[in-house]
Amino acid sequence: MNRIARAWDSDLAYSFRHSPVAVVAAFVALLIILAAALAPLIAPHDPFNPASLNLMDGFTPPMEPNAFTGNTYWLGTDNQGRDIFSAILYGARISLFVGFSAVLFAMVLGIAVGLLAAWRGGWVDSLLMRIADVQLSFPSILIALLIFGVARGVIPPAYREEMAIWVLIVAIGLSDWVQFARVVRGAAMVEKAREYVQAARVIGVHPVRIVLTHILPNVMGPVLVIATIGLALAIIAEATLSFLGVGVPPTQPSLGTLIRIGQGFLFSGEWWIILFPSIALLALALSVNLLGDWLRDALNPRLK
Amino acid sequence: MIAYVLRRIVQSVLVMLVVALVSFSLFRFVGDPVATMMGQEASQADREALRDRLGLNDPVIVQFAGYIARAASGDFGISYRLQQPVMELILSRLPATLELALISGTLAFVFGVGLGVYTALNRRGWLSGTIMTVSLVGVSLPTFLIGVLLIWVFAVELQWLPSFGRGETVDVGPWRTGLLTPSGRASIVLPAITLGLYQMTLIMRLVRAEMLEVLRTDYIKFARARGLSDRAVNFGHALKNTLVPVITITGLQLGSIIAFAIITETVFQWPGVGALFINSVQFVDIPVMAAYLMLIALIFVVINLVVDLLYYAVDPRLRLDRAAARH
Repeated sequence: MNRIARAWDSDLAYSFRHSPVAVVAAFVALLIILAAALAPLIAPHDPFNPASLNLMDGFTPPMEPNAFTGNTYWLGTDNQGRDIFSAILYGARISLFVGFSAVLFAMVLGIAVGLLAAWRGGWVDSLLMRIADVQLSFPSILIALLIFGVARGVIPPAYREEMAIWVLIVAIGLSDWVQFARVVRGAAMVEKAREYVQAARVIGVHPVRIVLTHILPNVMGPVLVIATIGLALAIIAEATLSFLGVGVPPTQPSLGTLIRIGQGFLFSGEWWIILFPSIALLALALSVNLLGDWLRDALNPRLK
Repeated sequence: MIAYVLRRIVQSVLVMLVVALVSFSLFRFVGDPVATMMGQEASQADREALRDRLGLNDPVIVQFAGYIARAASGDFGISYRLQQPVMELILSRLPATLELALISGTLAFVFGVGLGVYTALNRRGWLSGTIMTVSLVGVSLPTFLIGVLLIWVFAVELQWLPSFGRGETVDVGPWRTGLLTPSGRASIVLPAITLGLYQMTLIMRLVRAEMLEVLRTDYIKFARARGLSDRAVNFGHALKNTLVPVITITGLQLGSIIAFAIITETVFQWPGVGALFINSVQFVDIPVMAAYLMLIALIFVVINLVVDLLYYAVDPRLRLDRAAARH
């Protein structure tokens, strides 16, 4: 209880309570994350179970009873009679899973590279940062696409479907590590010169231990900010790749895949198939983005 | 100056060599070119013959040198999927992408600078506030959603503009243009807006920030004190000094416009290089992927080089820094 009270009193919590944007964004983001995590419990239908789908229910508009079966769906159904609301819940689950995993991957890789570059310095530092510079001059979506294409070439066709989601995570993660590496390197260089690190060196603490237990915790602040904004970017990147048809397989539709499917029905007037997944994606990306913005300002009072 | 130029050119060539190595590795090690080209019925002897003819038995370094030599002369092999020379495919689709990139880049620059100046000069007006808020949403919207939204409003509901393809095209020499026919001009409107919107908001925010910065400086106050007209101060002095960084960013953004064209071309089924690339990723058409990678890298490296050199020529402070650093 004491710890909770202390957390409530901290500067970060204070700034959070006094920023309505952050509170609303956190609420929306948490709502979507919870709904996605509990999708099997909340969703009225299982969109992946073909046996539960009734083709007669196809193209039911939102909140209107179907002409043949009389069933009503909150957000309508798609051409196969799949409930859009359930599809969004399951889609958000996949989008979030890919987003979180990709950011985690990029974060671990970026921190490792950044710490290595800062600690070793010299040619290791120049080489790693040169690579980062070159990668940074290309848009990350292009790099993710290339990695995805290469991976498809390497993986035998029989495994492509089941590997697709992991390939996607690696592709987005690899396209996004540079930010982490740069920030960690910069912060770690500052910490490296501080007295406590020198003291630890003098008493003969192992370098790996110094880097991991002394320097790393002190550079985590900015990493957290980049990770939050990176999550929004990763979710959008996943949606974009899936929309382009090179992301997750259609058997496990993410929000981007749902939008891709919905685009085909725009011309025949079934607007709800594309509208609701788009709103869900936008709400998710925007709320995470706003949280990241708030976190950046809160941890960095100088920037205000 | 010459040393700086030379060093930048050497750097650019190095980057291109690294990209060429990646592109070559793709070509050589991802999948088996022989298996892809021969089909299943070919005999072992035929395979060996082709392997030899393609030079796949040579040392890797010789193969790499050969790859660079052929790439430099525009020979990237034959597309696995379409069975046509890759260079021919890319050249036939390049005009579509370049026209789209150029139009949307121009739109982004003109409207970005215009709106940026307006919002900087009328900082407290309600219109400026609205523009800034809308631009915030514009930055958060993924490109493909903007495209879908525009299609829904202007192609499906209002039926003003076409939603896919280039419309009628006319051949002007080797260049196939859509800008000379009414249907071609109508077709480019929605894709160009989709592609340019993000860059426009970026330029607008940059111009606004730079302009506000410049308007606070002493020489602007002095110009006002001298009794110069608002127009002369705002556009003759302030705007001129904000444009250097803006032109740099716009130049660098031109590369991303060509890369982001991949998404826009898919949404609007625009027959450009980006759509070709997406298809090559879907069908693991390695020669096309390798060639596209080289093409994009070349565009990026050239733009970066030109912008850097221009910057060096335009901004005397950079030269001073360099001279100071040497001592």
